[in-house]
Amino acid sequence: MDIPRSWRLRNQRYLLEGTRCSHCDQKHFPPVLICPACQSRETAPFAFSGQGKLYSYSVVYQAPSQFEAFVPYIVALVDLEEGPRITAQLTDVSPEEVQIGMPLEKVIRKISEEGERGLIFYGYKFRPLVTY
Amino acid sequence: MRNVAIIGIGQTPVDEHWGTSLRALAAKAVLSALDDANLPGVEALYVGNMLSGILTSQENLGALIAETCGMPGIEAVKVEAACGSAAAAFRQAVLAVASGAVDSATAVGVEKLTEMSGTATTFGLATASDSDYEAAMGLSFVAINALLMRRYMHEYGWRKEDFAPFVMNAHRNAAHNPNAMFRKPITAEQYAQAKVVADPINLLDSSPIGDGAAAVVVVAEEHLSRYGGRPVAVRACEIGTDTIALDNRKDPLWLEGVERSTLKAFRSAGVRHQDIDFFELHDAFSIMTALSLEASGFAEKGRALKLANEAYFGIGGKMPLMTFGGLKGRGHPVGATGVYQIVEACLQLRDQAPAAIHVSGARRAMTQNIGGSGANVVTTILERMG
Ligand SMILES: [Zn+2]
Repeated sequence: MDIPRSWRLRNQRYLLEGTRCSHCDQKHFPPVLICPACQSRETAPFAFSGQGKLYSYSVVYQAPSQFEAFVPYIVALVDLEEGPRITAQLTDVSPEEVQIGMPLEKVIRKISEEGERGLIFYGYKFRPLVTY
Repeated sequence: MRNVAIIGIGQTPVDEHWGTSLRALAAKAVLSALDDANLPGVEALYVGNMLSGILTSQENLGALIAETCGMPGIEAVKVEAACGSAAAAFRQAVLAVASGAVDSATAVGVEKLTEMSGTATTFGLATASDSDYEAAMGLSFVAINALLMRRYMHEYGWRKEDFAPFVMNAHRNAAHNPNAMFRKPITAEQYAQAKVVADPINLLDSSPIGDGAAAVVVVAEEHLSRYGGRPVAVRACEIGTDTIALDNRKDPLWLEGVERSTLKAFRSAGVRHQDIDFFELHDAFSIMTALSLEASGFAEKGRALKLANEAYFGIGGKMPLMTFGGLKGRGHPVGATGVYQIVEACLQLRDQAPAAIHVSGARRAMTQNIGGSGANVVTTILERMG
C-alpha cells in the first residue's frame, strides 16, 4: 500500500475515527462527507469506543498477494456499539472459538507489510472482549 | 427513445487463452457478432472490461479495440463497473442507439485473467471492493462473499449442502455449452469435499475465472428491415447501485442494488415476474444465487434455497436458471460476463441453444450482471421477435 494513503488514513486506522452528523446525530464509519441518513453536509469527527459484537466472519485460506504470509486469518464484520458496522480482521482467537454475536474490542496490530525491508502498516483489528 | 434490437451475437470459449492477446480476443467476438449481423462495421463501440489496466498494463481499450476490429475513427470507450462492466457497456450501446445519437453500436465484454499469477489476479479482483476499508484489511473478494454466506446460514438456519443443487444445476447445463470452461457435471460429494478458499466458501461455490470475450450488435427496431439476421428485442436494460462496502448496508443480506435494478427493468419493460421465462443470474458465488433470487423478487427473503430443486430451475422447470452454465459452469471472465449472459439469452430466444439446454417456447429472458458484492447491478430484459 502507498505511503500517502496510509498517512491520510491514520486517524481511522489508529483511533477508529469516523464522523457524527451534526444534524441527526447518526455516527458513521468510515467518515462521510454527506450523512446518508439525512443528507446533511455538517459532520464532525467522532472516535468510536472500539467495542462491538460479531456480525459475521470467514477464515481466509487463499489471500491477495500482500496477505499471503498471514494465512489462515479471520476476517469479520463487527457491529460497533455506537451503530455502524465495520470490516476488520479478528486476532487473539482461534477459528473454533469464534461465534456470531460474541463481544469484541479493538486493538492496534500489524495489518500488512511490504516485504522484509518495506514499510509495516498498522491498524485496527478486533479480539474477544477482555473482562477483568 | 427508440426501441432497440440485437441483430448480431458473438463469443469466444471461456478458457485459458495463453496464446491470444486481449485485443485479439475482443476482436474475435466483435467480428463474429458483425458477421452474424451481416454488417461491415458499426458507428460506436463500448468495451466492458475490469482489469486490463492492472493485469495487462493496457487502458484506452475503446480506441485499441476499434482499431483492431478495422473500425478506426469511430466513437469507442471502455466502460468499467467491476464484474458488471460488460452489461454496463451493453447499456451504453443500447442508450446510444435508443437516443438516436447513432444507428448501430457494438458492446463487447473482454477480460484476460491469465496474464499474471493467481495472487495478482486475486489482488486485482479485490479492487471491486472498498480499497481503503475492505481490501486493505485483507479481504479478498471471496472473503467478502463468505461473510455474506456465513451470516445467511446463521440467520436462516441453512446448511452448506443446501446450496449444492444450484451449483450442480449450473455444471449440468454447462456440460452442453460448447463455450463453457467446465463441461462436466459435479456430484454433491464433490461439492461437499471441495477445497475451502474462505470458509464457508469452497472452490465449487466460486465461479472459475477465465479469459473470454462476447459481443452484440444493436440497432434501432424501426430500421430492422434494412438488416438481415435474427433480431431479439431489448425491452429493458437498467442499472441500480448500492454502497460499495458491505458494512455500510442496513441489511447486507438484502441486495438493494439488485432490487432497484430489477424494479426499474420491470417498469421500463412493462413486465412482471410471471412474464419472465428464464433467468441468467450472476452466480459468481452460490450465496449470490440465493441473494439475487430474493432481492429480484423470485423468492422470499431467506427462502431461496427452498427453490433449489430441478422442478424450479431445471431446463423444463418453472424458472430455468443459468441455462448455459452460468458463471459457475461457463466460467466468469469478469468484465466480459454480462455480455455472455446476453448472448446466451439471445441463443435461447433465437432457438439456437443446444437441444439439451434449450428452453423451448421461451418468450422473455432476464439477465443480471453484478459488479462487486451487489454494488452495481445491470438487469436486462430481452424478448423474442416475430
Ligand atoms: Zn444526519
